[in-house]
Amino acid sequence: MAQAMKPMGASIPRTEDERFLTGRGTFVANMLPRGTVFAKFVRSPYAHARILGIETSRARELPGVLGVFTAADLKGEIGSVFTAWLIPGSNLKTPPYIPLAKDVVRYAGEAVAVVVAEDPLVAEDARDLVDVQYDPLPVVVNQETAMKEGAPQLHAEAPKNVAFHWVNAGVGDVEAAFKGADVVVSQRFVNQRLQPSAMEPRAALAQYEPGTKELTLFVTSQNPHVHRLVLSLILGVPEQRLRVIAPDVGGGFGSKIPVYPWEAVVCWLAMRLDRPVKWVEDRTENFLATIHGRDQVQYVDLAANKDGTILGIRIKVIANMGAYLSTAGPGIPTILFGFMPGGCYAIKAGKVEVTGVFTNTTPVDAYRGAGRPEAAFIIERMVDILARNLKLDPADIRRKNFIPADKFPYQTALGLVYDSGNYEGAMRKALDIVGYEKLRVEQAQARKEGRLMGIGLSTYVEVCGLAPSPIATATGFQGGLWGSSTVRIHPTGKVTLYTGAHPHGQGEETTFAQIASTELGIPVADIDVVHGDTKVTPMGMGTYGSRSTPVEGGSVALSARKIRDKARKIAAHLLEVSEDDLEFSDGKFTVKGVPGKAKTIQEIAWAAYMATSLPKGMEPVLDATTFYDPANFVFPFGTHVCVVDVDKETGHVSIRRYVAVDDVGNQINPMIVEGQVHGGVLQGLAQAMMEQAVYDENGNLLTSNFLEYLVPSSLEAPMIETASTVTPSPHNPIGVKGVGETGTIASSEAYVNAVVDALAPHGPVHIDMPLTSEKVWRAIHGKAG
Amino acid sequence: MMAGEAAGRMAKGDRMARHRIALSVNGKRYERDVEARVLLVDFIRDDLRLTGTNVGCDTSHCGACTVMLDGHAIKSCTMFAVQADGTEITTIEGLAAHGRLHPLQESFRENHGLQCGYCTPGIVLAASELLHVNKSPTDDEIRTAISGNLCRCTGYVNIVKSVSAAADRMAGRR
Repeated sequence: MAQAMKPMGASIPRTEDERFLTGRGTFVANMLPRGTVFAKFVRSPYAHARILGIETSRARELPGVLGVFTAADLKGEIGSVFTAWLIPGSNLKTPPYIPLAKDVVRYAGEAVAVVVAEDPLVAEDARDLVDVQYDPLPVVVNQETAMKEGAPQLHAEAPKNVAFHWVNAGVGDVEAAFKGADVVVSQRFVNQRLQPSAMEPRAALAQYEPGTKELTLFVTSQNPHVHRLVLSLILGVPEQRLRVIAPDVGGGFGSKIPVYPWEAVVCWLAMRLDRPVKWVEDRTENFLATIHGRDQVQYVDLAANKDGTILGIRIKVIANMGAYLSTAGPGIPTILFGFMPGGCYAIKAGKVEVTGVFTNTTPVDAYRGAGRPEAAFIIERMVDILARNLKLDPADIRRKNFIPADKFPYQTALGLVYDSGNYEGAMRKALDIVGYEKLRVEQAQARKEGRLMGIGLSTYVEVCGLAPSPIATATGFQGGLWGSSTVRIHPTGKVTLYTGAHPHGQGEETTFAQIASTELGIPVADIDVVHGDTKVTPMGMGTYGSRSTPVEGGSVALSARKIRDKARKIAAHLLEVSEDDLEFSDGKFTVKGVPGKAKTIQEIAWAAYMATSLPKGMEPVLDATTFYDPANFVFPFGTHVCVVDVDKETGHVSIRRYVAVDDVGNQINPMIVEGQVHGGVLQGLAQAMMEQAVYDENGNLLTSNFLEYLVPSSLEAPMIETASTVTPSPHNPIGVKGVGETGTIASSEAYVNAVVDALAPHGPVHIDMPLTSEKVWRAIHGKAG
Repeated sequence: MMAGEAAGRMAKGDRMARHRIALSVNGKRYERDVEARVLLVDFIRDDLRLTGTNVGCDTSHCGACTVMLDGHAIKSCTMFAVQADGTEITTIEGLAAHGRLHPLQESFRENHGLQCGYCTPGIVLAASELLHVNKSPTDDEIRTAISGNLCRCTGYVNIVKSVSAAADRMAGRR
């Protein structure tokens, strides 16, 4: 394509779109190799029960059934799935999570048997013929109840169901901060459990090649190399003979990070039966057995001076981990949460204490934002509560406490070093766009007239770009967290770019080509991005934690620069000048002052391939790989403003305006950045407005399909106005930060702040999410729920 | 758990009856024998191997399985294949005529109306019915028309923009 403008910073349409728009996406469920057979899992209807016996004979006798397998068949064949985040100093308990339950089931949806048949419908018939006898046990679903004396116990090794206890004591003296304070405000928050609800349910298809002894797994994964490593360990298949391919994946939002036990079972079945074995979840299975997110009960104290200066924050969290620890489970309410509740404020001291608790519920792991929405919600709500207490304007109190733009890098009281920021700049822009002063005037008038309108601010900062390895491993993560890429220039000058990221909606097939194109002057259309296949891409850590662009994309820039440096040497050699005599632009090395004397990058690629005449000692071809371990995280920030009107009679909330000003550093493709913000904002609003996973007291998930678990449709979704400021990350090779989670991290509290503000001054200081019309109506009318 | 009688019948190996159906999909005529219980979406995906039509739920809520049937956008997970006997169906694979993208497809690409792409075929087909009956829909009309199709990625903002831009394009307004 024509390079009218620098590819970096251009809103070019996505390369990946055409295949989805024409129905040619390669989702796992679309694959059907010859001879495929179909697996279905028998799942427990009880949340806690002893398994007395499993009668499989009727299922086995059904024509077309190849086998029915239980824990007894897997003994010694497949190891337990383990958590990969072993939080140090937390007395972490890691009870085994075996692929098919043996003696006891601990949540409704836990698998107890698997059937395989020639036809998917026959597999379903056979699944329903497996007769499991259960002896129900007492159930506990709430984390605070689970810690009480006499509560049902899930695991013998975890007394009072405590999975871990973790403290971040921060770097300041928090008790002194509270002693010296004029005012302390306290609040309990319930950050409710959510169901990630990627539109594509999970799927796995395994194939074994007896000749080469290679096992190939197609799986809905955000991190195929992590899947390969973990599955290799628990299956005993050598890592080099296990090929994991995550093709097109229909959304993840964290739920496709974990390695699920049943993916291992599908692999084992393929080897055992010597047939391709395919398993596709239905939606109810997805809601029962794919991880859930959030689910924290938070007790928060904030200390301040009368003038609104915040002095300290003290937080106790009880986090529901579900029945077992999922892959990254323990890291979410600790490492990804517990360093961020100070937000963008110059708070001198803080302390965060987190207790993880087992309950008879689906395991909890990363859901979009993963710990950081829970942290941002706390501080942004507490600042509003403090402002109300001191009768200060929410914007003024924020401005007073912001970390000043000239204080970066900034060491926070909770122990991180924020890379760069200009919080006041982003807030100023958002307030200008929304017309804040005018809205406050209008609100004063509305209050006089008895109308309810509210303005909610969220001035968030988040930590993302998950890396650096030394920090990740010091916090107990069982893996390096770096980025990887190979940039391979073919003899014709066309490029294949291999990445360790796993795009599944974020658009890196386009943006990574833009990065390489910017560095090399090769058109975007000549650069194909390859991802998701462990046999061809360098070891890579995948896509989550808004890490792809800063970490994996940083690696792409570094690989491309290695190639550019090598190409410069070759150009100098071919043109018989010194490297210093060359200038590089638009993919061409030109001898300074001699416009006709030049070599294009394509000409150099050919010369590097022919290797007829290369500088002495230089290896042929242009091909570079980089494993990039960043110096620090990146810290995107911004201000979101939500303006609502509340119907007094019904409690119905209408969003009048939603303005998002985000600073994600340099932008590669602003159109994609905006799209990420839109989607992120709606997921955060969904938590604030309507979503909630609900269990009854017996541990039945009442929200087990889209009829009960309400994700927003186009009718509930507001128009979202976006804008940005640009404060590059100083340590990132291309000055970028992450954008995948910002919207979700910012928006829930903007909405709740707006609704609580609408109900003020007489309404409650807080309403727990989701703010259904009923809850809002009760808050208006002073009727307890 | 299924009722004892049905389970017993299955255990004996009785298979559901098969029926001959004839229908047109993307302009091509098919005649097939299908089990009575096979859903239209599974017939389209597994028998015809047209996998652009996706499955996102089993309760008609998500709309990933939307196809055009006799000119109407319907959810193919909520219909048996035998009920589609004698109908004309268009799936996402049939929308681009003669290798040229439909204006909706062009417009979704230009306006970043998709991310992971899983809901996209259904949304595009739901929108195509709208644009057939309403040449210049308002944003609210677009939102209503696609409200049976869930998208978890885009926040719908760019979907609405894409449909609106496609309407303009089809009406020659730009």
